[in-house]
Amino acid sequence: MIVAERKPLAEILDMVRDCKKILVLACRGCVSVCSAGGEREAEILASLVRLGMKKNGKSCEVIEGSLVRQCDREYIDGIDQWQGQYDAILSTACGVGVNFIANLRPDDNVFPALNTTFFGGSVEQGIWSEQCAGCGDCVLHLTGGLCPVARCAKSLMNGPCGGSVDGRCEIDPNVDCIWQMIYDRMGRLDRQQEMAKSAPIRDWSSAGHGGPRKQVREDLTVS
Amino acid sequence: MSFTPDIRLFSCHYTSQQSCAHGGRELQELGFPENIQITRLPCTGKLEVAAMLKAFEDGADAVYVVGCPVDGCHNVQGSQRAAKRVAAVREMLQELDVEPERVRMYHLSRGLHPEFIEAGIEMNRCIEKIGPSPF
Repeated sequence: MIVAERKPLAEILDMVRDCKKILVLACRGCVSVCSAGGEREAEILASLVRLGMKKNGKSCEVIEGSLVRQCDREYIDGIDQWQGQYDAILSTACGVGVNFIANLRPDDNVFPALNTTFFGGSVEQGIWSEQCAGCGDCVLHLTGGLCPVARCAKSLMNGPCGGSVDGRCEIDPNVDCIWQMIYDRMGRLDRQQEMAKSAPIRDWSSAGHGGPRKQVREDLTVS
Repeated sequence: MSFTPDIRLFSCHYTSQQSCAHGGRELQELGFPENIQITRLPCTGKLEVAAMLKAFEDGADAVYVVGCPVDGCHNVQGSQRAAKRVAAVREMLQELDVEPERVRMYHLSRGLHPEFIEAGIEMNRCIEKIGPSPF
C-alpha cells in the first residue's frame, strides 16, 4: 500500500489560514489502512483544524467527508455532494489523490494534509516499512523476492557495499543490509549460485528518470 | 485571575463504579470537585482521540482519563491503549502550542479510593493555575 503520515499541524494551518469553509476529505484506500488519512484520521484532523483556527482567532467552518478512493475519476465525482459547502479541500489522501482532485476539479483549491512516504507494509501494528520503490523494472525474481532498489540505501544491484557490517547497513545499525538478507535467503533456497551472475547496467528511465510514467491497457480502454 | 475550570473526566466503568453510586453523593462529600464532569466508558480502551478533542471543542479547559492499573486492566490492555491515545492528544496540543498538561492519564484501582478524589483535586488545581483554555 501507499504509506503516508500527517503533516505538522502548523504547516496545515498555514495552508488553510485564509479559508472560511474547509472540507476535510478522507480517503478510504491505502491511507485508511495505514491510519493516516481514513475517516477516523479525518475526523481528528477536522477537530484539530477547528481548534487551531479558533486559537489563531480565525472564524472557519470545517466539515468532513470521505471517498472510497481519491485516485479514480468516478469517485472524485462524489465531491459534488459537498458543492457550495467549501472553499478549499484539505485532502487526507496520498499525493495521488491530491493530484487527481487538482486534475479533475480545476476551480477547486486542494491542499495536502499528508506527506506521502513510501510503498510499504505493516511489519507489526503501528509500524510500517518500505518494501518497493515502484521502479518499473522488477528484479525480485533475481533476489529471492527481496528488493535491493527499495531496501538498499544505495539501491545497489550486485551485492552489498563495504558498509555492510554483521548484516547491518552503515546508515543505521537498526537497518538490515538487504544484500545480506538476499544472500542468506538465496542460500536457504539453494539458489546462491544465481548470484554469481552480474546484473546488467540498469536503465532507470522506467523509474521516473524518463519523466512522468503512464500505462495504457488497450484491452481495458473504452474509447 | 481566578476561574472555575471546565474539566471532563473519562473514566472506565470499573474504576468509577462505586464513585458514581448514589448519584455521586459520596463523591461530593469526599471533596471531589463539582466542576468535573464524568463520562463513564465500558473501558478506557474505547476512548477515541476524537472524543477528547471534541471535549476541547465543546469548551473544556482540560480532559483527564482514569483507567485501570497498567497491568491490571479488566480488558487486559484497555487502559494501556487509553494512555497511548492520551499521549497522542498531548502531542497534538503541543503542536497547537497549548499546554499538554491539559490532558492527563491516571491508572487507578477499582472502586472509590482516596486516589480517585486526589486525582480530581490535582487536576483541578493544575488547571486553575494554568488558566482557561485558549480555544
